[in-house]
Amino acid sequence: MSRFITLSVNEVSRRVEVEPRETLLEVIRDHLGLTGAKLGCDIQVCGACTLLVSGKPVSSCSFLAVDADGCEVTSIEGLSCNGRLHRLQEAFIETGGLQCGFCTPGFILTAKALLDEQPHPSEEQIKKYMAGNLCRCGCYQEILDAIQKVAGRRAVQNG
Amino acid sequence: MKDQMIGSSVRRVDHEAKVTGRAQYLADMKFPGVCCGKILRSPIAHGRIRGMDASAALRVPGVLAVVTRDDFLNNSRIDPYYGPVFKDQSIVALDKVRFMGDPVAGVAAVTESAAEEALAAIQVDYEELPAVFDVLEARREGAPLVHEIIRVPPHGFEDLAGLRPKESSNICTHFQLTRGDVERGFAESDHVFEDVFTLPDTQHSSLEAHAVVAWVEPGGRIVVWSTTQNPFVIRTQLSNIFRVPVSQVRVLVPYIGGGYGGKLYPKLEPLAVALALKAQRPVRIVLSREEVFLTITKHAAHIRIKTGVKNDGTLWGRECEVLLDTGAYAEIGPRVAKKSGYTAAGPYRIPHVKINSYCMYTHKPPAGAFRGFGVSQSAWACESQMDIIAAALKMDPLELRLKNAYEEGDTFATGETLTNVGLTDCIKRAARAVGWGDRRPRNSSSPLARGKGLACLIKATITPSLSSALVKMNEDGSVNVYTGTIEVGQGSETVLSQIVAEELGLTMEQVRVAPMDTDVVPYDLTTSSSRSTFHMGKAMQLACQDLKGQLRELASQLYKVPKDQVRVEDGKVTIPDASLSYREILCTRFGMSGGNLVGQGVVKTSMLSPTGEKSTSAFWFLGAGAAEVEVDRETGRVRVLKYASAADVGKAIHPLGCRQQLEGAAVTGVGQTFFEQMVFDNGQLINPNFIDYVLPSLLDVPEVIESLMVEVPHPEGPFGAKGIGETGLIPVAPAIANAIYDAVGVRIKDLPITPEKIFMALQAQREGTTLEDR
Repeated sequence: MSRFITLSVNEVSRRVEVEPRETLLEVIRDHLGLTGAKLGCDIQVCGACTLLVSGKPVSSCSFLAVDADGCEVTSIEGLSCNGRLHRLQEAFIETGGLQCGFCTPGFILTAKALLDEQPHPSEEQIKKYMAGNLCRCGCYQEILDAIQKVAGRRAVQNG
Repeated sequence: MKDQMIGSSVRRVDHEAKVTGRAQYLADMKFPGVCCGKILRSPIAHGRIRGMDASAALRVPGVLAVVTRDDFLNNSRIDPYYGPVFKDQSIVALDKVRFMGDPVAGVAAVTESAAEEALAAIQVDYEELPAVFDVLEARREGAPLVHEIIRVPPHGFEDLAGLRPKESSNICTHFQLTRGDVERGFAESDHVFEDVFTLPDTQHSSLEAHAVVAWVEPGGRIVVWSTTQNPFVIRTQLSNIFRVPVSQVRVLVPYIGGGYGGKLYPKLEPLAVALALKAQRPVRIVLSREEVFLTITKHAAHIRIKTGVKNDGTLWGRECEVLLDTGAYAEIGPRVAKKSGYTAAGPYRIPHVKINSYCMYTHKPPAGAFRGFGVSQSAWACESQMDIIAAALKMDPLELRLKNAYEEGDTFATGETLTNVGLTDCIKRAARAVGWGDRRPRNSSSPLARGKGLACLIKATITPSLSSALVKMNEDGSVNVYTGTIEVGQGSETVLSQIVAEELGLTMEQVRVAPMDTDVVPYDLTTSSSRSTFHMGKAMQLACQDLKGQLRELASQLYKVPKDQVRVEDGKVTIPDASLSYREILCTRFGMSGGNLVGQGVVKTSMLSPTGEKSTSAFWFLGAGAAEVEVDRETGRVRVLKYASAADVGKAIHPLGCRQQLEGAAVTGVGQTFFEQMVFDNGQLINPNFIDYVLPSLLDVPEVIESLMVEVPHPEGPFGAKGIGETGLIPVAPAIANAIYDAVGVRIKDLPITPEKIFMALQAQREGTTLEDR
């Protein structure tokens, strides 16, 4: 029943043997040992399991691994580079956009997808795009600040 | 550096690991040889187990162990009963099942699918019995009993001593508090108000589900990794259940993905250990989301409140009856009912008070601690009624509160004196933040109406309690600190490190909090009740002072100078003609680069204050919330334009952390105000998932949340700090309900406040009827 799929995970090509029923979250966590993405609600509501598949955020708890065959997958572990934090990671720390941290990898990846799509989102756009990620510690105001901070900085950089 | 450490929002020590996905939560950890544990749960709300056959489950390939009641009947090596207050829970159901979801059996298997197959193969024969699902039904004469017998442990909590179940009833405990003569109070009042308020069961909804990994070492030692907020309670309970000394139980806790009170007291640990004993392998149980909803909830409540008031707004008498639905097991419900009772009359001077607070059994999932711990229930009633009174007397709700609010030196309902009370400052600042008194002109053609509302609170922390800390200085002067406080996201690792760094004159990098392991860290009662900064922070400070005393003593001996001429400050030891680093002192002491000095600090609070007065709480939480809302008269929809949360923090050691706690609590409060509700149909929970049980997202939160910190220092807190973890949640619902009343003149007394309820109330208002008439 099992079959091999090929994924580019954080820019490293991985060939993995998976069962057709296995989710991308299970493969990333259990086969590849990348545990930043978390199982929260198990029905694609909370966003804790968010991964980027070909740059788009998906709820990997409800996404079959076989459907990601041949895709580029980005997990939170792929964001920091040579020990330097991604500016969204840095901004979440600076503004206090996390407490327990369980939802954080999902929030940061969704925020990255948003800013890749729309570098200067309005507050309303951020709220709508991020509404599929839940933070039970309730750091929403700080998360909004963090995303706006990065979007603002980009605006300056882009002149 | 010294001046900036306390009161500075330093970079949190746990955040880099969390934003990179490298922080390890229990479900992320690998354990060699671990197998999968699953739980069979009762499909009925109340019934007797006539028979059980698990033989087919054992034949499922890959199954290593099945645990049922047969493992505990006539087994003198295990006492299957446990519970933090009464021993009314058992590892699996022994005679009866008491709610739909009650654990009946456990299975350990090499794969998850084998475990699930085995669960389906267990045959249970139930004799179904009548059940009760709410507190009023449960109280009725002749109601089906949830428990016929309740076992009371020999060494219970000191603050709950004397509370006993009422025989042949569903009353788990009954707490009474009387001051003056409430009937006289009503007779002497110009107006008497009586109202009933209710709140539904809600769930903590930590994004991380409860998890445990347990194994038993050869020789019988029990090792448990758990997502618990109070590992020492788990250790005690496992020691009692499995009849081994506490030294033979080791509990370890990694980072926790949110607790909010839902991860206190035994949850999965007893069953996981029982399975591990039988399977002779490490067993992991991770709950599904549905199971989390069946594991622990926040008490639903039914509250009757009657208040006598003088014409000038002076509160003269208040009687409260609080019925808290603790579900099928007491859990920590008796303390919730007691805490709820203490402050049910609100943060006000009232000469005549009578409170009856009941913890009631029903056939529902067990309710336990939830941020706000009984007070968010009683404050919903008390603070809503304050505005009913203000409206009737045509008084400003702010003025009514300030007229009656506790001030420094006032006498609390128990007769004790309140000190270090920053309540009125909180009320005034919260009101000011929403522009209290500034009225926007009402546009009569628009369906949108704006209003403002206030609420305030007083809450006690668990007293007596105990926290101990160790600080170990290394040969280079850096320190490792040992604490039983759990980092659940509240920032305890950072705040405790700041306190140590400040006290010893070190940098944050020189301070490292050791991983939580009951084999290593000294005793701490619990990470709850907003107590850790106050208690553990102080214990850390005392441990550092102990260490500094040792350094002073050593310098005096080693350098032959009188002790009173040695000073330890700013990270150095100063003697009359030299300044020495910690490294030099340790090197001289041990004659090599090595060795440690260990400082110890212990904080034990008591039910008697230092002056011998009764002390219900080591410190009091005081705070207020104010909301500005916009209500759509056509749809009943509410937008919270602004919410201001004010808390007396004593001293903000990490201001950003305080802000996060206040804002986060406000967000949870908004969820509980507008939509959070566990819905039962004949005992069956019908919305145990995040589609049907809605949590607030970025689209639901107030447009602005402002956090205001009032600092009235507490002499016993570290640098004056008090706890604030729960303060921000308690006033949210009544403040918003009061703002809705201010906007459109309808009073909702039953949470959650849905648009439908507002719409119906507005319709009734137009027709000249009340909601109750309909």
